[in-house]
Amino acid sequence: MNRLVVVAAVMLTVFGVSCKNKGQKSGAGKEAAAKVYVEPGKYDEFYNIVSGGFSGQMSVYGLPSGRLFRVIPVFSVDPTTGWGYSEETKPMLNTAHGFVPWDDSHHPALSVTSGAHDGRWAFINANNTPRIARIDMKTFRTVDIIEIPNSSGNHSSPFITQNSEYVVAGTRFSYPMDDDNSNPDVPINTYKQNFKGTVSFVSIDPKTGNMGLGFQLLLPGFNFDLARAGKLKSGDWVFFSCYNTEQANTLLEVNASQKDKDFIMAVNWKKCEELVKAGKATKKAVKFAHNTYSEETHSAKSEILKEVNMLDPKDFPGLVYFMPCPKSPHGCDVDPTGSYIVGSGKLAAVIPVFSFDKMLKAIEAKTFEGNFEGIPVLKYDAVLHGEVKKPGLGPLHTEFDGNGFAYTSFFVSSEIVKWNIEKLEVVDRVPTYYSIGHLCVPGGPTTKPHGKYVIAYNKITKDRYLPTGPELTQSAQLYSIEGDKMKLLLDFPTIGEPHYAEAIPAEMIVKNSVKIFKIEDNKHPYATKGEAQARVERKGNEVHVYMTSIRSHFTPDNIEGVKMGDVVYFHVTNLEQDWDVPHGFAIKGANNAELLIMPGETATLKWTPDRIGVFPMYCTDFCSALHQEMQGYVRVSPAGSSVPITFSTGATATPEPKK
Amino acid sequence: MKRKIVFGVVLMAGLVMAACGGNDSASGEANTSSATSENTSNQAADDGKGVGKFTNVELTNPLDQKMVSAGKLVYDMKCGSCHRLTNEKLVGPGWKGVTSRRKPEWIMNFATNVEEMLAKDPNAMAMLEECLVRMPNQNLSDDDARHVLEFMRNNDGVK
Repeated sequence: MNRLVVVAAVMLTVFGVSCKNKGQKSGAGKEAAAKVYVEPGKYDEFYNIVSGGFSGQMSVYGLPSGRLFRVIPVFSVDPTTGWGYSEETKPMLNTAHGFVPWDDSHHPALSVTSGAHDGRWAFINANNTPRIARIDMKTFRTVDIIEIPNSSGNHSSPFITQNSEYVVAGTRFSYPMDDDNSNPDVPINTYKQNFKGTVSFVSIDPKTGNMGLGFQLLLPGFNFDLARAGKLKSGDWVFFSCYNTEQANTLLEVNASQKDKDFIMAVNWKKCEELVKAGKATKKAVKFAHNTYSEETHSAKSEILKEVNMLDPKDFPGLVYFMPCPKSPHGCDVDPTGSYIVGSGKLAAVIPVFSFDKMLKAIEAKTFEGNFEGIPVLKYDAVLHGEVKKPGLGPLHTEFDGNGFAYTSFFVSSEIVKWNIEKLEVVDRVPTYYSIGHLCVPGGPTTKPHGKYVIAYNKITKDRYLPTGPELTQSAQLYSIEGDKMKLLLDFPTIGEPHYAEAIPAEMIVKNSVKIFKIEDNKHPYATKGEAQARVERKGNEVHVYMTSIRSHFTPDNIEGVKMGDVVYFHVTNLEQDWDVPHGFAIKGANNAELLIMPGETATLKWTPDRIGVFPMYCTDFCSALHQEMQGYVRVSPAGSSVPITFSTGATATPEPKK
Repeated sequence: MKRKIVFGVVLMAGLVMAACGGNDSASGEANTSSATSENTSNQAADDGKGVGKFTNVELTNPLDQKMVSAGKLVYDMKCGSCHRLTNEKLVGPGWKGVTSRRKPEWIMNFATNVEEMLAKDPNAMAMLEECLVRMPNQNLSDDDARHVLEFMRNNDGVK
């Protein structure tokens, strides 16, 4: 009896808490529902390509519904799909530090042609072990990962030039670099003498998208934070925000906030490229991995490269200039006309807007206030278009709607502020719940914004959703920007901490989406193109199973002759040629993961038996009415056993093994 | 408990029986070549040609051996997992005699237009009830389907 009372009391308490929700305002009216309602079976209007933050992945949502479609494995292993576990995908996570199973991904960048979305590729950075990945938007798969040498903390990345010539990478953490570009053993407090920064320009093959390390710039040691390429008239330039120009190596929240102004760095990449082509760059010895995945062999390869073209801007005047920017700038965003660069000082009470035309004039007139380690610093007033006064607290990032308005996120005051770029006047503001970081207008960073919405990506959601213990979801919030006033329409939870995101009209992606891999085109060395080829081969202590899967059986599904001490490779080819019919593969005791194999694809799971016996394997992806029948057995005999290799599926399903 | 198990067994038996029902009905039917010279009028009722783009397939006489070989390659890669060349049913029915059971148009429509056939064609729907596994769309091109048809005719002893 007592217990019942207690239960009732607990129930009451729980309900008491959950029903109140602390009187939290919704922020959206009931009419908002109709604007985000996508009828069951209908498609969304936009893809929202969202960084996975500390999950290391990239997630794909629909807008305006906020429905999650996919989490694309990029920098972190994914046991669900076998990414980083299958033999084919392990090389994708190789680095100069060896196999790295996790990273922290911040900023997607969609490929552009003439400054506008072209729907071909998405790029995203790895912050921790510096890398950039390319995702093919035909397959939503990571196909290319390049490591960035001479870099630590690849944050200002992978912002893209207007014809997808380059994606950039700037080192957030400068670190000691000696003449050999190695990272020598020096006292940490010798930052000013020994630490250097670099920014890298990663080239993109215009046809294949294949990435290469174009060139690097050797720069003063401080923190490179974010970047944007210029467009149209400023298309030859890339702008990077820089902080910690104090060059502090400890307690940066105080020591890197001393100066009134840090920098926005302008780099003329076209001139750099010309110098590199003319052979003026210095070849530096480095070590970095370049990993590529082929949709023909369904396999990745990793190569370690050992050279980089380095340019020192001190030796080549005209490549790099600093523009003073108030208070530790974070965002550094270029408007759709390419005329204005918006700096967002995290601690500033204004938003400075720089004029590209004025910058060119100031460079020509040498209107410098001095130099920083040999690089000219332009005069603030000479390059400033103007300041937005009292916009809010803690400006971070700015996106554009193509109609002359900018939308800036304010972390400290949790709001989005809309302002007029020419007039520098605030015209609207709307709260976010809570602590917005990045924001996204579809096409916002391009020359042709698609407009319609602005999406806030929030760091904190407390009291917005049902509580899930100490760890709560982060969120996105969708606002309409079609009228004069921004209107909140929808909250939706996100994967990891969402940093930046882009959104692109669905029709630019849908028309190219791959449905199956043609089995005829499968060039995997262990492909089994038809059940007649299914077999088991022993090579020393390696056992290779050439296996096929189709609704609803594996061939072979009975395997004997495996012995203790063997390493078994299951090369599973999915013979299906129908959209949305993957098969899975799992075997008891496997220490790695399962496989998900798309139609026409081959994938390999390595299995090292640890005991004798009979072990079941089965299909993990419900494939048909007889999915539960899609199973088989592997017999493991003692080392030295005389059980021969045999294999079969049913009495009549496979030809007799050759004798 | 016991009753549940008994019921389960009965149900299973029923399913198995249904699934095994697709026996060979080829013998005694007319040879394929004669089945070709049929009328080409558009009938609203089921004309046995199935649903799809193929309404009139010209058959070769004698068999085109190049097409037979090409068809075998397609069979090995995309069909052999589920269809034997005998009259034995595996996942789907065995192919022995199929060219006398079905019109060439029906075969090619089924091979290239699986979803619509399984939704609309009474014969295809009846097969699904027997086999209970939807035939996968194996993405055969028109040529692939024609080659497979030639391979089937060869398998049925057409010269």
